Amino acid sequence: MESFLFWFFTFGMLLGGVGVVANRNPVASALSLVISICFLAGLYLLLNAFFLAAIQIIVYAGAVMVLFLFIIMLLDLREEAKRPFRWGAFFVATVVAVLFFVALSRVSHSMKDRFMAIPSGNSDNITAIGNLLFTRYLLPFEVTSILLLVAMIGAILLSKKELK
Amino acid sequence: MDIGLQHYLVASGALFSLGLFGIIFRRNLIVVFMCLELMLNAANLTLVAFSRFTQHIDGQVFVFFTITVAAAEVAVGLALIVAIFRIKGNGKTESLKELKF
Repeated sequence: MESFLFWFFTFGMLLGGVGVVANRNPVASALSLVISICFLAGLYLLLNAFFLAAIQIIVYAGAVMVLFLFIIMLLDLREEAKRPFRWGAFFVATVVAVLFFVALSRVSHSMKDRFMAIPSGNSDNITAIGNLLFTRYLLPFEVTSILLLVAMIGAILLSKKELK
Repeated sequence: MDIGLQHYLVASGALFSLGLFGIIFRRNLIVVFMCLELMLNAANLTLVAFSRFTQHIDGQVFVFFTITVAAAEVAVGLALIVAIFRIKGNGKTESLKELKF
């Protein structure tokens, strides 16, 4: 069952990714990204990361994608006009991506013997995450709030009418 | 067949390569930005998989931070794209060539 769910979620996630890259219409790309993110949240559930799956859906599929769609509508992006297919760019991109993927898979296969035994996970990891967040990672957690403030001020300044 | 760590790593590698392909191939700034999000998500999947298979919960805390940073990055990045639109009139990567030698 776990194996079937893994292939199901992985297939959906990659299909969504292909949709992001291949769609001419930016709105369709954004919706494909939502699909991809939801299937990725499913993979998180399989990995016993329940809290992160919820966060992934709320923050990514909720907030971030609404922002993307809002900007796409605001800028009134239409479907790109038909242009001659760029074989050169396609070739370069394919070669780079495939080489990178092959390198990553080889590294992954060297992990095969090291962590093969599936450990029994504990389902109550929200408490553990909260404990870590407020003890060992307290400083990064507080710095994050400054980062969010800076991002907010930056976004407001950048979208003012006249840029100085 | 048991699903091991390497399955998750290969899945995340495939997602990352897809994002890389999109960043090189696409010319629409917003789509390039979405491909960037795909790559970030692939990295997150790797962190969660390692956290599960090594029984360290720290990886999940890292992903929590990554998601926060990604949200901030999206806000600033989209503001930048809007500013570029206002100045250039379009959102194509080839219209940004001031630094081209």
